[in-house]
Amino acid sequence: MDNNKAGYDVLVAGGGNAALCAAITAARAGASVLVVERAPASYRGGNTRHTRNMRVAHGAGNEILTGPYPVDEFWEDLLRVTNGNTDRELARMTLEKSAELWDFLYDQGVRYQPSLGGTLSLGRTNAFFLGGGKTLLNALYRTAERLGAVVRYDTTVVDLTMENGRFESATVEHGGTRETIHAKAFVAASGGFEANIEWLTEAWGPAAANFLIRGTPYNRGELLRLLLDKGVAQVGDATQGHAVAIDGRAPKFDGGIVTRLDCVPFGVVLNANGQRFYDEGEDFWPKRYAIWGRLVAAQPEQVGHVFIDSKSIKLFMPSVFAPEQADTIEELAQKVGLDPAAVRASIDEFNAACQVGHFDHTAYDECHTEGIDPPKSHWARPIDTPPYYAYTLRCGITFTYLGVKVDRTARMQMADGAPADNLYAAGEIMAGNVLGQGYLAGIGMTIGSVFGRLAGEGAATHV
Amino acid sequence: MSEVNTSDFNLADLARMNQDEAARQMSICNACRYCEGLCAVFPAMELRRAFAGEDVDYLSNLCHNCGACYDACQYAPPHEFGVNVPQAMADLRENSYQRYVWPAAFAGLFQRNAFWIGLTAVVFVAAFITGVIGWHAAGAMFATYTGDGAFYRLIPHGVLVAIFGALLGYAVLAMALSVRRFWRASHSGEALEPGSIGQAIHDTATLRYLHGGGPGCTGVSGRPSDHRRWCHHATAYGFLLCLASTSLATVCHYLGYEAPYAIWHPVVILGVAGGLGLIAGPIGLLTGRPASARSRNRSADIGLVFIVMLLATSASGLAVLVLRATPAMGLALTIHLGIVAALFISLPYGKFVHGLHRVAALVRHAHEQRAAARH
Repeated sequence: MDNNKAGYDVLVAGGGNAALCAAITAARAGASVLVVERAPASYRGGNTRHTRNMRVAHGAGNEILTGPYPVDEFWEDLLRVTNGNTDRELARMTLEKSAELWDFLYDQGVRYQPSLGGTLSLGRTNAFFLGGGKTLLNALYRTAERLGAVVRYDTTVVDLTMENGRFESATVEHGGTRETIHAKAFVAASGGFEANIEWLTEAWGPAAANFLIRGTPYNRGELLRLLLDKGVAQVGDATQGHAVAIDGRAPKFDGGIVTRLDCVPFGVVLNANGQRFYDEGEDFWPKRYAIWGRLVAAQPEQVGHVFIDSKSIKLFMPSVFAPEQADTIEELAQKVGLDPAAVRASIDEFNAACQVGHFDHTAYDECHTEGIDPPKSHWARPIDTPPYYAYTLRCGITFTYLGVKVDRTARMQMADGAPADNLYAAGEIMAGNVLGQGYLAGIGMTIGSVFGRLAGEGAATHV
Repeated sequence: MSEVNTSDFNLADLARMNQDEAARQMSICNACRYCEGLCAVFPAMELRRAFAGEDVDYLSNLCHNCGACYDACQYAPPHEFGVNVPQAMADLRENSYQRYVWPAAFAGLFQRNAFWIGLTAVVFVAAFITGVIGWHAAGAMFATYTGDGAFYRLIPHGVLVAIFGALLGYAVLAMALSVRRFWRASHSGEALEPGSIGQAIHDTATLRYLHGGGPGCTGVSGRPSDHRRWCHHATAYGFLLCLASTSLATVCHYLGYEAPYAIWHPVVILGVAGGLGLIAGPIGLLTGRPASARSRNRSADIGLVFIVMLLATSASGLAVLVLRATPAMGLALTIHLGIVAALFISLPYGKFVHGLHRVAALVRHAHEQRAAARH
């Protein structure tokens, strides 16, 4: 700092879990740290504010985690959801290092709670934060500031000065005024670009206009674009990300967890033409929710409509918005803007194909269809008991995978194949190194903390 | 007090507004559930899918206003969902005290609580001073009394027992009827197991839910701390110790040992310990009040009024102890008695009822959770 006016040892761009893990780690290593968060204080933390847990490997259960989750099992889960589309070396390292995160975060003031109502399936594998992601953030911010890190809100990185893979300074903007900040190392932990509709449109075409953004409106990916323009290597594909099917009435941005709907396995999902398009009972919802965003995005008008009847209305987590309700299928179809005759035909066909069996929503039961395409493999019961209910589904983008390429130390890689000198990346901006496609609940936070710590450690070596 | 006119405010409309807002927020929380580990409100919420008026009244009395869920909330203002559960619950809770109060005509006393309770205190202090002077002539007020029965030469023990017995008796009756109304509005009438009551007593005695789920209340500082919990303990247990001291003194009196007692006497030890708790606790609570309570209209801030009354009670009681061998004892004693009388008669019409409503809510919560676990 002495030889560098308005300078810090480490400049961290972003204000979520990854950024704060980096800031804390660098500060603990003795570096002076400035965190620039583009959101105002009340919205700080990017998508971390909407998270609730982190997937961590562990050899044994504890007072909260209900059993062991070995690295090998985590590894198999990751390979399954990504179809092997991952950087195996980085991914394996991430999972191994995830075993340290419970204690690391505890030491920063984060507390845990048993898995929440409606999420029992994650009770063994995922560490739930007491109070959720925003409480985790509050603890991380308190710790970072206690360690001397300076946090500036409403402050955006608008330009970088780099030479031969070496970071010199960043231009930041706050309230219309610009300032140059020098630092000995730079950590980019500023999230993805899911709130940047123009960028989504480049990737998805006009369909992107119908997407909802579940998380922060501040993840516009401008720093990611800057880094790519300055010659940092890219990973991932702009159409890949974590997207789920959410309530179509959710706000455009920031609807978060409450907009999710867990009713798909209990009914049928019809597209804008009143037709089914995918096996609603293929697997338990926690194993399938992550594919339905893309499924709905691929349908006409990027929309789906779940139809259920009164037998099922209490079997899933309550929804934040009340469903449409009617005493006949035709009336309900009209209410959600579908052709009543087409819907009637689809429901009749489905009902006739349901095989009689013992219904059990807690197991792979024998209730399935025969003779229709697509089939419904489990939990298939005729939709015949009024009142009937409908929810409209839209594609809710949670986060994007296109990012900057990093190595095992979280150091960015340049497009020419050489490692960058003092540039590091952590969190969603580099999640694509591990997640080529697919999603595993809680792994976004795992990547953020593992690479946040690595980036903080690496950045502090330049002091 | 007969001037209270309930048409000055429309309690029913206000109630509906507060209940609707709490229900709106609960339907958001019930789809989120991140705060499940913080306190009893959220597990109780999860047993429901819809939130009728009685349900949210009950939930609002489970809330201890620790603030942890507000700090945890991704939907807190300025988010468009505008979720602020501690505020919504506090508004509804205070409104519920008015709706279940006995007699119902006294609901308005909560509205300008500082005025009514302040007025009551002034009236009682004046009445005691006038009474003593009228009984003995003015000189008696500033005489120095020593030895056994010194206080009672100023005001006979039987008179004190009659006055305070009547005031406390009325307060206990009014509070019992008010809690019964609250209880009946929401409980189905199923038999309670001793275990549920034991659990509720434990949760009350330890302030289990004034804890933010472990780290503590975030209150004013934004930093979790157990400050409010300890101050509440000092206040509540201080109050109980004072009550124990007074009860023991009454027993001693009928056994033939008359006040004032020596400094080592259990009556004095209990009274001093309680009095100190009742000074330290309320002062701590005043400094650590949650931000939402601070922004309120002060004359309607029943928490503030109650804290001030407790402080006035303990401070005047300790003044009697310090001044008991001086000519100022008479004045100190009459002021103290006037304040205590006002405190007693106002118990059903101020913040004190939160304890009773909360115990009732915790009993119901324990009952519900046990039933759900069996299910």
